[in-house]
Amino acid sequence: MLTYEQIIEKYEPALGLEVHVELGTKTKMFCGCPTEFGAEPNTQVCPVCLGMPGALPFVNERAIESTILIGLALNCSIAPMSRFARKNYFYPDMPKNFQISQYDEPICTDGYLDVEYETPEGMKTFRIEIERVHMEEDTGKSLHVGGATGRIHGAEYSLLDYNRAGIPLVEIVTKTVLGTEGYAPQIAKAYVKELRDILRALGVSDVKMEQGSLRCDANISLSPRGSGILGTRSETKNVNSLRSVERAITSEMHRHAQRLEAGERVVQETRHFQEDSGTTRSGRSKEQAEDYRYFPEPDLLPVAPSAEWIEELRAQLPERPSAHRARLQQLWQVPDKEMAAMINAGVVGIVEETVAQGADPTKARTWWLGEISRLANEREVEVAEMPITPKDVAEIIALVAAGELTDKLARQVVEGVIAGEGKPKEVIAARGIKVVSDEGELVAAIERAIAAQPETAQKVRDGNIPAAGALIGAVMKDTKGQADAARVRELLLGLLA
Amino acid sequence: MSRISNEEVARIAHLARLELSANEIAELAGEMEAILGAVARVQEAAKSDVVPTSHPLALVNVTRPDVVRPSLTPESALSGAPASEEDRFRVPQILGEEA
Amino acid sequence: MSELIYKSAAQLSESLAKKEVSAREVTQAHLDQITKVDQAVHAFLFVDTEGALAQADQVDAARAKGENLGPLAGVPLALKDILAQEGIPTTCGSKILEGWRPPYSATVVKKLRAAGVVILGKTNMDEFAMGSSTENSAFGTTQNPWDLTRIPGGSGGGSAAALAAFEAPLAIGSDTGGSIRQPAAVTGTVGVKPTYGGVSRYGVIAYSSSLDQVGPCARTVLDTALLHEVIAGHDDYDATSINAPTPPVVAAAKRADVKGMKIGVIKELSGDGYESGVSERFEESLEILRSQGATIEMVSCPNFDYGLAAYYLIAPSEASSNLARFDAMRYGLRVGDDGSRSAEEVMSMTRAAGFGREVKRRIVLGTYALSAGYYDAYYGSAQKVRTLITQDFAKAFSSVDVLVSPTTPTVAFPIGAKSNDPVAMYLSDVATIPVNLAGVAAMSLPAGLSEGLPVGFQIIAPAMKDDRLYQVGAALERELAAKWGGVLTTKAPKLSSSAGA
Repeated sequence: MLTYEQIIEKYEPALGLEVHVELGTKTKMFCGCPTEFGAEPNTQVCPVCLGMPGALPFVNERAIESTILIGLALNCSIAPMSRFARKNYFYPDMPKNFQISQYDEPICTDGYLDVEYETPEGMKTFRIEIERVHMEEDTGKSLHVGGATGRIHGAEYSLLDYNRAGIPLVEIVTKTVLGTEGYAPQIAKAYVKELRDILRALGVSDVKMEQGSLRCDANISLSPRGSGILGTRSETKNVNSLRSVERAITSEMHRHAQRLEAGERVVQETRHFQEDSGTTRSGRSKEQAEDYRYFPEPDLLPVAPSAEWIEELRAQLPERPSAHRARLQQLWQVPDKEMAAMINAGVVGIVEETVAQGADPTKARTWWLGEISRLANEREVEVAEMPITPKDVAEIIALVAAGELTDKLARQVVEGVIAGEGKPKEVIAARGIKVVSDEGELVAAIERAIAAQPETAQKVRDGNIPAAGALIGAVMKDTKGQADAARVRELLLGLLA
Repeated sequence: MSRISNEEVARIAHLARLELSANEIAELAGEMEAILGAVARVQEAAKSDVVPTSHPLALVNVTRPDVVRPSLTPESALSGAPASEEDRFRVPQILGEEA
Repeated sequence: MSELIYKSAAQLSESLAKKEVSAREVTQAHLDQITKVDQAVHAFLFVDTEGALAQADQVDAARAKGENLGPLAGVPLALKDILAQEGIPTTCGSKILEGWRPPYSATVVKKLRAAGVVILGKTNMDEFAMGSSTENSAFGTTQNPWDLTRIPGGSGGGSAAALAAFEAPLAIGSDTGGSIRQPAAVTGTVGVKPTYGGVSRYGVIAYSSSLDQVGPCARTVLDTALLHEVIAGHDDYDATSINAPTPPVVAAAKRADVKGMKIGVIKELSGDGYESGVSERFEESLEILRSQGATIEMVSCPNFDYGLAAYYLIAPSEASSNLARFDAMRYGLRVGDDGSRSAEEVMSMTRAAGFGREVKRRIVLGTYALSAGYYDAYYGSAQKVRTLITQDFAKAFSSVDVLVSPTTPTVAFPIGAKSNDPVAMYLSDVATIPVNLAGVAAMSLPAGLSEGLPVGFQIIAPAMKDDRLYQVGAALERELAAKWGGVLTTKAPKLSSSAGA
């Protein structure tokens, strides 16, 4: 079994990433049915999205607009003329048994996205080239009944809900990504993350990977260094989080290497990522490429966006996330390494929101990157998914600044909010958290501690300052941690001077 | 014009989800041969500089605003379903993507 | 009241407006005729007796209230079973949709209902509009009222036969390669394929999307025009529908004047395959038009020779994709679901059981033509031929106002005569097909009889100039009617209930 480093020495990975984005339009791609998430089954369907005889598609103008915005944000050329095409194959979740998509005339082509990734030598930039961005429609959802795990295998029958059928999907395909020099998993993750941030900033999708509005398929192959021939690739689906992107690619690189080392062939197939094991499982074999019999969709007319419209949309593009981050770094005076850490942890936006609520940038950064990140890691979720808001954090920072909380107490409040005990003020009230600021109480507690540990007190009087720690500890215990440790120290040393 | 083999017809029938008997396949192979023989002449007329027509209308950019239009009720949607359960279409076991 | 069934829609409209007769009476008279003759003719797959009478009553009530009603309010109509009519069985001539009642109506159906037209029922057709004789219907063929041993044409034989058997004064058909015009020709009725995009396709079960058009059928040119104006127009549920005013077809039908018009005879649509009786009636009609002040010239459209080949690649290809939705999952027939079979198997078994021979043939042909490695040679090349044919039309129309030809090379052939030879059957459409490939407008109207059977005269107009069809057609019809003592269908045999096929 080779180590990762050994794999990289011997083999060059080639990556291909296909990302599907569910657009946040009000209605479906080809009909006026609503697109609300979580509606009762088959309540958002019509003859068109059910593929009933005689029904015809009609393109949603906002979907075209969104796709062009995505293409522009990815530095693509927008085709003066593009067409829809039918991709023909049979599957119960696809009512017409063809998907209206785009084939050889996609709406956007030849773009790129620069992504930043961390290396021991600091942050580096990698340019991922985009092959195409095109429009298509989503499928219905099937519930498999009767099998042991609710999965397809072993199911007796399936139940179809077509609410999702016809929701606009944008597919973003990269060109083959070479030259990642050992950082393929990180670069892939950075790419998906940057893409997600851009899509969110454009307002075209709520990009929730856990809800399926952003899906990633990762293609990977290995070829012996210097051979010049691309290896056989496998496609991994069901990659439902940024973490999974990184893990899936790493796992596949190991799997491919293992097979190649053993002299075995890598099978060209579709695999499914398993969250629990962090590895992939074999799916449908793609040895025989499906014959989709693409032809231009006769029920729809070509899309020919005018140059004026494209320029109007270009002017609407929000500041690119990387430029935005650079500006914040300047503003907050954050050292490179720390900025890199923030970017990696995905907390830049959150910190910004916290600052917007009045918090000091450095304090905000410290909380999110520190304590909250630590807790997020423990729970194996993204910081952004933690049940604590920028507003909460800003409030807590303000309370510390006002002296109503110590750092230690603040940490308890954060824990409480995350545990679901309520908002900061509620947690403080419920747990009875209070800084003991009454000097009289503090002095009383200090005197009790001195009385309990006369030898230690004497040491301090004799000049052994560090020994004060034990006394301070006792006071903290006495006050249930609610005293300001620094003030206690001050008072104690003053008393024992 | 090369012969259309029975295997080829069988492959096509599978692509089109048509279960055909061996007899039907053989007959269709013969018919395809005759028809394709007759229609292949389109290649004579189609020079490389001719642009294919996929639409008789010279229209572009026919779109609708992103505004909700009436949907069907689940009852209507399912009214013709061969089988349904809990407001969903019930279909036989699907040969899936996962092994 | 039986004379009501021999009246034209225009005449009925007048009587209804004058309250000389009620919509219910008119409807009942036609329902009675259906009861009397449809056993022999088999034009209808479903007769909506209750629904039609209810619609008629609605019109009568509205008229009694003094509401402003359109010209066709209360006039009955036969609807080709290719259009979805909510709650009414819609089969498209196929077992795979037997018993299906759509939860929605086609736009054309909504327009008809809004105009007060009374829909009597659904008419027979070749399965999924694939055919030229209605013999491919899964529910038995329709007989030609002129000779019950002969085909009524196809795919819309039911609608044409209903007109010729006086079961309805109006009918709706659909035309992809001649399915309105060829039945009109062999039944002595009038049928129009409007400019592509002139009439909404929403709710019309798709055969070949870039060729299909729904159109008006009747026994007279004026009736056809009246119906054309009701059904045509832009639809914002059909992206391929034209957003422009409907050409003034009724005014043109009333004008009926060809003085100064230039008429082009298409050289390639004549010759060996055309029966002598067909050619003779055609020449006679040309003479009439000439005598009415039109100039006739010969034009050549050389690429028309490739039309049939291009059509029999494009239509099956699009159809193979359009018919994929019939898979037993959401509606229609389901076969083989005994709990032991996969969805895939049930799909394949159902489609094998539910589709007829011709449909399977065209699905296989179309799937092949689109498949990897064959696309360029077949579908791709056919789409190029389409461009060439469109260019031929454009060139011809630069020197003439309309083009003409016989509608179809033969009169109605006997039932069963061509059903074993698909390629021979396809030849029925040689003159009608180029029109669909270019998306232009065309009409077939009766030119006379040959050996006692109707012959059709085809008029072709440029896209969006459908009115020219009616202008020329009405002029020809007027002269011929003067010769015959009425339109051709007045010579049709009066069927009795004892007539059997």
